[in-house]
Amino acid sequence: MIIELGHLALILSLLACIAQAAGGLWGGHTRHPQAVALASTAAVLQAALMTAAFAALTHAYVTSDFSVANVYQNSHSAKPLLYKISGVWGNHEGSMLLWIMILAWLGAMVAWFDRRLAPTLRARVLGVQALIGAGFLAFVLFTSNPFLRMDPAPLDGRDLNPLLQDPGLAFHPPFLYLGYVGFSIAFSFGVAALLEGRVDPAWARWVRPWTLLAWTALTLGIALGSAWAYYELGWGGFWFWDPVENASLMPWLAGTALLHSAAVVEKRDTLKSWTILLAIIAFSTSALGTFVVRSGLLTSVHAFANDPDRGMLLLALCLALTGGALALFALRAGALRAGGGFKPVSRESALVFNNLAIAALLSTVAIGTFWPVIAEVALGDIVSVGAPYYDATATPIAALIAAAMSIGVALPWKRADWRAAARRLRVAAALTLVCAGLGLWLTGEGRGLAALGVAMAVWIIAGSATDLAVRAGLGTGRSFELVLKRAAGLPRAYWGGTLAHAALGIMLIGMLGGTVWKTEASEALRPGERMEIAGFTLVYEGVEERRVDNYIAETAAITVLREGRQIDALRPERRWYPVAEQQTTEAAIRLTLGGDLYVALGDPREDGARVIRAWRHPVIGCLWAGALLLAGGGLLSLLDRRHRVGAPAQRRLAPNPDPRQRPNLDPPETQGAAP
Amino acid sequence: MSGRNAWAALAVFLALFTSASPGLEPEERLADPALEARARDLSRELRCLVCQGQTIDDSNAPVARALRTFVRERITAGDDDEAVLAAVTERYGASVRLRPEWTAQTALLWGGPLIIFVLGGLAAVRFIRRSAETPDPSPLTPEEKARLAEQSEPAS
Repeated sequence: MIIELGHLALILSLLACIAQAAGGLWGGHTRHPQAVALASTAAVLQAALMTAAFAALTHAYVTSDFSVANVYQNSHSAKPLLYKISGVWGNHEGSMLLWIMILAWLGAMVAWFDRRLAPTLRARVLGVQALIGAGFLAFVLFTSNPFLRMDPAPLDGRDLNPLLQDPGLAFHPPFLYLGYVGFSIAFSFGVAALLEGRVDPAWARWVRPWTLLAWTALTLGIALGSAWAYYELGWGGFWFWDPVENASLMPWLAGTALLHSAAVVEKRDTLKSWTILLAIIAFSTSALGTFVVRSGLLTSVHAFANDPDRGMLLLALCLALTGGALALFALRAGALRAGGGFKPVSRESALVFNNLAIAALLSTVAIGTFWPVIAEVALGDIVSVGAPYYDATATPIAALIAAAMSIGVALPWKRADWRAAARRLRVAAALTLVCAGLGLWLTGEGRGLAALGVAMAVWIIAGSATDLAVRAGLGTGRSFELVLKRAAGLPRAYWGGTLAHAALGIMLIGMLGGTVWKTEASEALRPGERMEIAGFTLVYEGVEERRVDNYIAETAAITVLREGRQIDALRPERRWYPVAEQQTTEAAIRLTLGGDLYVALGDPREDGARVIRAWRHPVIGCLWAGALLLAGGGLLSLLDRRHRVGAPAQRRLAPNPDPRQRPNLDPPETQGAAP
Repeated sequence: MSGRNAWAALAVFLALFTSASPGLEPEERLADPALEARARDLSRELRCLVCQGQTIDDSNAPVARALRTFVRERITAGDDDEAVLAAVTERYGASVRLRPEWTAQTALLWGGPLIIFVLGGLAAVRFIRRSAETPDPSPLTPEEKARLAEQSEPAS
């Protein structure tokens, strides 16, 4: 019964969605108040119906209702509750449902909270949002219905892939989807602005929080996936430049560029059509990221089963949305007129450069990802593009971005004095040179890369710290207490942006630890034998086999010695899932501030020895701490007073950080709130 | 039937990834550390043909092992890096290379990012020049400011 209600809710949701699209677009065009109101009501209704449909499916999973084909195929009665729930989106149909539900929620949030938005703009945003929703809802209902029953109902399910039964992978998709789908709002705002024919600072101010929300969620989603690869794949790698990963990196890059260019629109009323284009690209790459994997397009050169028919339909849907938006862009972007002028040396120019470099990086990833398809179709060649390509092309662009970051932060809006900026960055520059020299001196193989990486990281962190110090008034003869007070009084958006910048520097250090500075050792050991790695001694004590739930685990006992004293005991594991006929490795990781000690269990040898593989990735913790800080920066920025929806408008009368740097008539709290 | 396929694809993808504890076995290593280091570097340029985007260094598939052994044989026989890669390409085809060679056909792959950077850079310079000549708009009138505040500040 509940399943049938869920099915009904899904059908009604499509109807609400069509009403929302019609009311929104027509109301936006004719300014008919009832049509505008219909769009808002339908948006809230659609979200409620989608939630009901999703809840119905979740209920079927939690209660293991195997008369539902989708549940039968992806669940099992003996599965832990967490994985029963994550099983809902651990398959094609359910994940589509989650995707559309988030889409509907975001639409409802616009209808609900953004009441102060100009009514025609809001109506059009809701209309465009509903167009996306209607397309995907129809797709689900006609090709991927999760509510189909089976008769007779099987006794038990076929279980979820054991590899998906992992806490990291359970939460990875919802964050990723919130990120992907979050950019739909920016897209809808962009298309709505094109329909309206105007973009102004108020528009940008509305788009910023939505973009921030999507960007933060996407950052977390990618970080979760990367962390999963690190601890699960058995050798501590965290990024493989695989098409699936690249598909998530592209919208992240587009979103990052969008955050920065929207800041220019908000502050200076210029760079408008580019910002609109980025909003379209951010969502198009997101949709592509979700669906290209399922289309079979990217994997056609690999031995890889999937469902090309429905995947191609999804891809066609995405292309129609993107193509429509781009056509509208081509027709209407000319009507957007730039407002404020600026001098070549200014924050604006720096952000234009930032956008240019990020766009180049995005193109590199896109070209590399799609090249095998292009080459196969157009040239008849079968080629692979892997990490060496991206290392060679992305590294120089990333270095340019890093160099520009700290310079851009030091430049005020509108017109800047490059001598003043250079004076300000003296200390950061000196520190960068010293640390890069140290990196060169302390690194063995790959020292050039290490020096470059250290230089980028220190330059970014020192640049952020310098800006913070200047804004807080350090070194102006003020008491330390006052400086701290001023720093604490800076807007949250400013703190968020500064922390996110510094986080990138911290992550770079971690990445160096995981690549250039790593050491590894592998040996076949008999019980009692030992091996050395990076100052640690590993003693292999033996291996023990036992049956756990639905797998057989072989666990090795390894004692870790440092200078002859035992400091830890590690238990790397291999698991064999007899039903799925799959083996997984569970590395044992000792993570400390200095880095990790990563031990994996290898194959048995005939003489009773076991291959033990060990890695030392120094300062790898910086990568994960930095990723969290990056997302935290986004969140902090999102919590800025100006973005908070429905909060009382108490204007904070904070002391203006530095009156000399106020270029325009922004209220004090918007100062320096660049992302 | 088809409903499971996409996820079967993901499962296959994950399986290819996870079943591979890293490939290189201790016995395969060359005694000479300098030669072994070269072999490791070359291994990271070569794709395991049956795996999803893994290098032969990372994979324990038999094909990967065969390739690693072949690379080490060529190195021991005195080939330089170029000659090893050429021999591997000869035997396994161009798609074994993770770094496609510079040819007329891959010019767009390698040059694409630079072309986009240069073209985008020209557009950016033009935009910045034009913006430098744009006079500042007249400041907002009090009514406009009030409207902006009304549209963008939440109500009390």
